[in-house]
Amino acid sequence: MSCKNPFNHDITPADAPLLNVQVDGQWVQLPRGLNVVEAAKRVGKFIPHYCYHPKLSISGNCRMCLIEMGTPKMGPDRKPIIGADGKPEIGWIPRPQIGCATMISEGMGIRTDSPMVQDCRKGVMEFLLINHPLDCPICDQAGECKLQEFSVEYGNEDSRFVEQKVHKPKQVDIGERIVLDDERCIMCSRCIRFSREMVNDDVLGFTQRGSHTTLAVHPGKRLDNNYSLNTVDICPVGALTSKDFRFKMRVWFLKETKSICTGCATGCNILIGSRENVVHRLTPRENELVNSEWMCDQGRLGFHYIHAEERLLQPTARVNSTTLPVAWDDAFAQIRDRIKSYKPEQIAIIGSARMTNEELFLLAELRAGLGGNAVLTDVVPRTGEADGILRSADLNPNTAGAKLFQISNDGKNLAAIKDGIESGRIKVLYALHEDPVGDAGLSEFALAKLDLLITQKLLKSHSTDIAHFSLPGASFAEKRGSMINGAGRLQRLNKAIATPGQTMDDFEILLKLRSTITGGNSLHTIEEVFKAVAASIPALSGLSLSKVGDLGVEVAPAAATVTT
Amino acid sequence: MSATCHDTQDHVELKPEFVAHADELISHYPVSKRSASLPLLHFWQETHGYISNQAVEWIAGKLGLNPIQILELVTFYPMFRQHPAGKFQIKVCRTLSCQLGGAYELREHFMKKLGITKVDEHGLGISADGKFSVEFVECLASCGTAPVIMVNDDFYEGVSHTQADELLQKYN
Repeated sequence: MSCKNPFNHDITPADAPLLNVQVDGQWVQLPRGLNVVEAAKRVGKFIPHYCYHPKLSISGNCRMCLIEMGTPKMGPDRKPIIGADGKPEIGWIPRPQIGCATMISEGMGIRTDSPMVQDCRKGVMEFLLINHPLDCPICDQAGECKLQEFSVEYGNEDSRFVEQKVHKPKQVDIGERIVLDDERCIMCSRCIRFSREMVNDDVLGFTQRGSHTTLAVHPGKRLDNNYSLNTVDICPVGALTSKDFRFKMRVWFLKETKSICTGCATGCNILIGSRENVVHRLTPRENELVNSEWMCDQGRLGFHYIHAEERLLQPTARVNSTTLPVAWDDAFAQIRDRIKSYKPEQIAIIGSARMTNEELFLLAELRAGLGGNAVLTDVVPRTGEADGILRSADLNPNTAGAKLFQISNDGKNLAAIKDGIESGRIKVLYALHEDPVGDAGLSEFALAKLDLLITQKLLKSHSTDIAHFSLPGASFAEKRGSMINGAGRLQRLNKAIATPGQTMDDFEILLKLRSTITGGNSLHTIEEVFKAVAASIPALSGLSLSKVGDLGVEVAPAAATVTT
Repeated sequence: MSATCHDTQDHVELKPEFVAHADELISHYPVSKRSASLPLLHFWQETHGYISNQAVEWIAGKLGLNPIQILELVTFYPMFRQHPAGKFQIKVCRTLSCQLGGAYELREHFMKKLGITKVDEHGLGISADGKFSVEFVECLASCGTAPVIMVNDDFYEGVSHTQADELLQKYN
């Protein structure tokens, strides 16, 4: 498991012994070590809860998960009394118990929906709503609010409360990326426990305990750690909201697309929340083998470039000093006509470890068509600092893929490419998703010496301005494909929004460019390209995009070792 | 209802005896240093009058805690002062017997005499010169001689308005 959770209440060891437990009258076998909430979940019964979170310590303060429980009646011989049905008779405890902090035991009885339990839930809901503002119409949590949902499911039809509600601080700026509304807080303490246990950044706490209990950061401190936005996810109500997302979009309008974060080599599983071709937010998607239920703020907020004003929307060709829009097919044909006259040694390719396996595969094929290994190729390595939680030191999402298709040379060829261009030996440069100047470290002066500069990027820069052909590609949210993360796990990207303007999915650009230059070989769809990828790499043999699934597959260690 | 500790006083230089006694208090709790939080807060308030931000951070540092964990305690107990009270602290009992015996009128009298118009969230009012503060407290355990008050640690029973004026003279 790459993500170390402080607790995993929902996961038991494979060798945990099974216990006989009666859930709502039915005897089932469940592994020891589960609490009642998780045990009930395994047999399809949902016990509502606010403060309980499977990955955090149990505080048992919200009282929403109250259930009825009992233990086997014991005879004088200290043996369970067996009833007429051959099962132990259960002595029910006359008071409700909290499900989250009650571990299952042999012969235990649980009632998740008895009249007493229903009464308890109604009571808890009434208490929670006493001081809760009814500002759902302007609350960002509306639509994914546990208080709303449980109110419908388990609450009361009206309020008996006629007194004045307690007022608390509103719009408290507690961090770089987070706003707190204390009146909405139901004091579940999930955020406090997350900060303390998961990120060891214990800045949140309850002050003024009592009827004015207030969630607060310590004066002079801020909730600014790189995982702060996870508190917004786990907040069951609208108390903690993301500055980036707040008031932007009602959540029920969001289309959620399963994909992966491309911010580093961890490849956290995410949901892309989009509406009408605009991405509004990224949220983590549970995958215990990668990111559990979390993602870092940097990855979560690193998508705004998709809709940047500098986004290139139209393929262009430069004729002398003027840059003109060009039709895609014309661009491909013109590139073919011009590139044919150069020897492989005169051509260089700067690819990117941000490209998908399918794109890298096609790029490798294109390179083979242009002269194979004689064409100098590399990617731009990016390194940061691993934080021991989720962030990888490798900031490229598909370094492993780039190596697998021999596009990457760990950045060692970049200097040779630079020298080649400066000395005039290299006349043609094809740069994909890396800026030759900004990322690959070439000089503007060197670029000007090229006979043919082709850029395939998202954002406008000096390089795209002077490029002979600028081919606008697609962002991670606009394409399908696969990547291999730092741990050797093959995972899928999915298309959340359409490519804007005249831009084209990169695999399609590469496919068409390759077909135009070297002739086609009947690959058309991304599935077909992946099949060709899988056929060419032993570690991926037998896989198809659909077999990779939402949670990815660990590819043979051979692929994984390439990553290190 | 702010959670902030008001740092109206300059940074306090801690005397070696203070630190030594604090260490001694911590040594009473060998299993969990966190248990020394309350004794340390009491000791700080006795010594310096109120719990400043400096106090919260110093105590947290001493006990290996985060400041917010000490602040949670300080804001829970109204008897921990988060800003300085007067040099002479007049505590008027307001529990039933004293209330019947005129405690509210007595407090009102003190307030008027001292020109106090504003009180904080716990009902503490401080005179403009900072010399006196007036507040209600719960039972001082002398119900037969209501109304009773304490001025700092001195105890006074059956306090009339005339006696109150004399006390204000006495503690000047």
